[in-house]
Amino acid sequence: MSGQLSSELELKRNALKIRKGIMQAISANKGGHIGGSLDLADMLSVVYTDFIRLNPNNPKDETRDFMIFSKGHAGPALYASLVFKGVLPAERLNHLNNADSLLPGHCDRNKVPGVDATTGSLGQGLSIACGVALGAKIKQTDQKVFCVIGDGEAAEGQIWEATQFAAHYKLDNLIAFLDWNNMQIDGRVEDVMSLGNPVAKFSAFGWNAVEVKGTDVLAIQKAVQEAFEHPNQKPTMIVLKTVKGEGAKCIMDMKNNHCIGLPDDLRNQVMNDLKQQAQALEMEDF
Amino acid sequence: MELRYMGGAPEKEIMHVFTETMEEMFHEDSRVIYIDADLMGSLKTSELWHKYPKNVFNTGIQEANMVGVAAGLYLAGFKPYIHSFSPFATRRVFDQVFLSVGYAQKSVRIIGSDAGIMATKNGGTHMCFEDVALMRTVPGSLVLEATDGVMFKAFLKATKDRPGVTYIKTARRGLPDIYMPDEQFEEGKGKVLREGSDVTLIAAGIMVGTCLDAAKLLADEGISARVIDIVTIKPIDEALVIESAQKTGAIVTAENANVIGGLGSAVCDVLSGKYPTKVEKVGIQDLYGCVGDEAFLREKYGLTKENIVSKVKGLLNR
Repeated sequence: MSGQLSSELELKRNALKIRKGIMQAISANKGGHIGGSLDLADMLSVVYTDFIRLNPNNPKDETRDFMIFSKGHAGPALYASLVFKGVLPAERLNHLNNADSLLPGHCDRNKVPGVDATTGSLGQGLSIACGVALGAKIKQTDQKVFCVIGDGEAAEGQIWEATQFAAHYKLDNLIAFLDWNNMQIDGRVEDVMSLGNPVAKFSAFGWNAVEVKGTDVLAIQKAVQEAFEHPNQKPTMIVLKTVKGEGAKCIMDMKNNHCIGLPDDLRNQVMNDLKQQAQALEMEDF
Repeated sequence: MELRYMGGAPEKEIMHVFTETMEEMFHEDSRVIYIDADLMGSLKTSELWHKYPKNVFNTGIQEANMVGVAAGLYLAGFKPYIHSFSPFATRRVFDQVFLSVGYAQKSVRIIGSDAGIMATKNGGTHMCFEDVALMRTVPGSLVLEATDGVMFKAFLKATKDRPGVTYIKTARRGLPDIYMPDEQFEEGKGKVLREGSDVTLIAAGIMVGTCLDAAKLLADEGISARVIDIVTIKPIDEALVIESAQKTGAIVTAENANVIGGLGSAVCDVLSGKYPTKVEKVGIQDLYGCVGDEAFLREKYGLTKENIVSKVKGLLNR
């Protein structure tokens, strides 16, 4: 946590910068996992502006806070956040999913500086986050571990193994986000494999659990701040009520926007949408 | 080389070797971690758990999570060893091992106990014959079956900082002593335990002693058998396999695993490309496990000195 917390305006501006980065990455090969990347931008703006301890010049610093994307297909959102944070040059985003890419669509800790875990086979990242958080407890450091899981991903049994584990080992240095957009590849989550009430579920597993609107940067900020300032021996789950594709109306309106092609006309529509938002936020150099 | 193989019970059972070795390592390196998934009672490590709260953790019956937690602990600077029965330490968590550890270039050691027929009375659900085949396919992995407590201990210690996936399968008890206590081992280096000129028996784990027994029976019938403990099935000692083929012209492999993808396959992978040679494979012939004691299961699956002798004779008469 970096001292004074940012204003809503600043966080919204930063979220827009991250969305722009996501679009740059997904434009590189005219397609990718756009929906579940865009909808994380507001949360990532909050974490990367106000909370995560990450030295852009030394992203492997042992004392850093960790960010683990269990939903590994949202790599573009993580990469855009790392560009925002100054860990990666913006130019790197132009290489998403090139052949033998140094910027694979799924998060890869060995190819991309600032990425803490290699993920993509769903369900595994929360366990990795638990291991890092347990390690911080053993070492008695004040490190925090952030983790992002998908709502479709929460059908994986391993997520609930890790959920139980985190509560048992009192990992209050673990702050997880559930991207509750209610969409997965085969349809709405509640039709494919209903998740029920995630706040009630994580609470019942012994976590602090709270639901916030995925675009409400101040509510997200408050929830993370609570976990930072009042550790209570429980891990924290912040359930983000999101709309897949958030921030780009033409993407949000699609029935399926999980992993799609991005022809130039669609890209231009999205970019015009983002530019209008930038004007409204008085961002002159967008 | 000098051996102390007499058959029978060992001076110290594998599970006690494990406890003793881990305790040594906790003192030598505070970053060493041992995680179990509710089988500390079976491995007799519960005392360690209570004595070393910063080194020993239990995930309960969560093998997949255990692999992930180990992967995360590696990221936090630790050196994890994880244990479960071999089917749950490999087959059940193969994707977690492959991706969260292997592909992600971390360093985790996996101990799979009750290897193969040594699951005995737990039967087919717990009897893992496919672990060697599975784990060999993880790029850069080390795969071995402990021959005795001396070798087990040596590799527990030697792999502490080894990158990638290390898989050590082993019985929990009942492995006869074979090596002298000061024997040294190397990854990818097999050992010639007995010289011979007519055939080479290449074995791993529980079949090493059986091959030494078979070599004696063969000697009585005038057949001179070279006996090799391959030590690590992967990486395999290619030079020793080829040299043995050149020297004896016939090879019988013996393993406590499915012959599909196991030691026999690994030996044939070497020979087919570099020195085609007659090979017979003693091992599980593409079958599932079942309940029984070790003697019954050895008989049922042909893991006996008599079957090795018979395979040698068949091979030499071809």
